[in-house]
Amino acid sequence: MSRRYDSRTTIFSPEGRLYQVEYALEAISHAGTALGILAQDGIVLAAERKVTSKLLEQDTSAEKLYILNDNMICAVAGMTADANILINFARQAAQRYLLIYNEDIPCEQLVRRLSDLKQGYTQRGGLRPFGVSFIYAGWDPQLNFQLYQSNPSGNYGGWKATSVGANNASAQSLLKQDYKEDCNLKEACGLAVKVLSKTMDSTKLSSEKIEFATIGRNKNGKIYHHLWGADEIDALLKEHGLAKPEDTEMTE
Amino acid sequence: MEVLLGITGKDFTIVAASKAAMRGATILKASDDKTRALNSTSLMAFSGEAGDTVQFAEYIQANIQLYSMRNSMELSPTATANFVRGELARALRSRRPYTVNLILGGYDKIADKPTLYWIDYLASLAPVPYAAHGYAQYYCLSILDKHHHPDIDFEQGMKLLRMCTQELKRRLPIDFKGVVVKVITKDGIREQEYEDDVKVAIP
Repeated sequence: MSRRYDSRTTIFSPEGRLYQVEYALEAISHAGTALGILAQDGIVLAAERKVTSKLLEQDTSAEKLYILNDNMICAVAGMTADANILINFARQAAQRYLLIYNEDIPCEQLVRRLSDLKQGYTQRGGLRPFGVSFIYAGWDPQLNFQLYQSNPSGNYGGWKATSVGANNASAQSLLKQDYKEDCNLKEACGLAVKVLSKTMDSTKLSSEKIEFATIGRNKNGKIYHHLWGADEIDALLKEHGLAKPEDTEMTE
Repeated sequence: MEVLLGITGKDFTIVAASKAAMRGATILKASDDKTRALNSTSLMAFSGEAGDTVQFAEYIQANIQLYSMRNSMELSPTATANFVRGELARALRSRRPYTVNLILGGYDKIADKPTLYWIDYLASLAPVPYAAHGYAQYYCLSILDKHHHPDIDFEQGMKLLRMCTQELKRRLPIDFKGVVVKVITKDGIREQEYEDDVKVAIP
């Protein structure tokens, strides 16, 4: 039945659904979890990195967290190759705005640019929509710290805490349970590792399996964003008693 | 002999523009308004080639308003100034550049500060505490250099403007028919009553 409406993104099924968009959403729900938490003094993004093989070079570069411009970062869930196209687009859009107005693009505008592009591919253009959901963390002078999420259909929304990818339903309910509106960035980081430890397959985490990034304000009031290094992640895990004991690494 | 003036103070920006619409040595109209409000916190005053001025001002005005509608927020005065400069610079390198000089007065609601930008037809942009275009520069900048202070209140600002217009009346060879005065504060843009027929002693 559905085969007749599957092959094109542009065609509604008789029930009024767009199968390709739903398949894209399905693809994302198998990807590594990513989550974002908004705090009073910043935002934390965390993502699960799926380790495919021991032989794979664990290079230092982030594969799920990206910098979009001076005051915005994002987490990716879904097809990394698709995400690269969108991130490149976002970076260009942000720089174009900077060139015209000599001011950083307001967060929601950049999110909307990307969402408009994604929406376009549910209606025309290529053969399939982008298989990517994003969580964006950013700051602008008008609305201060902001957290957004977008999906392949081109919908987006602002959130206090949200997650995408595998087990996002359970992550979401954990966040709902434990999120405190007046939390600070440090508490938000703690909540992020706690939620990740419960939604990931392995109980003990390590810096190889997760990525971390924060955006906040430094002592002289300037906005910074920071992709965490392996040592910083391990220190955070240790602090919350979620780190893998060091001797087990040898026998594994 | 068009006059454009701008003065900032502690919580306001005053923009003044001469009321005479001229063609050659002839005055066509004595109640011309050479300003356009771009949004609730930005005002542009313009002088230069007749035709170019209003065309460019209204083009900018339309684009700034389009931005407000699309993004349900207003463009900041700083961003507006850079946008205007960009448009002028683009036109400058085209077949038919605009010969327009501008003063952009505004109020930055986020920084809670008045702003003033001086832009000329070669697309130079400068943030300034006070500004003048055309012949007014020769007479007024020295007065403003001496008397202006960033912390002045509105009454002192108006007094400064009066000193400027009196000097212009005294020294300019052609009557510029007084000025339209607009004030930008955190509450928006308003037109200020201004007495134009004050007697000026000429030595």
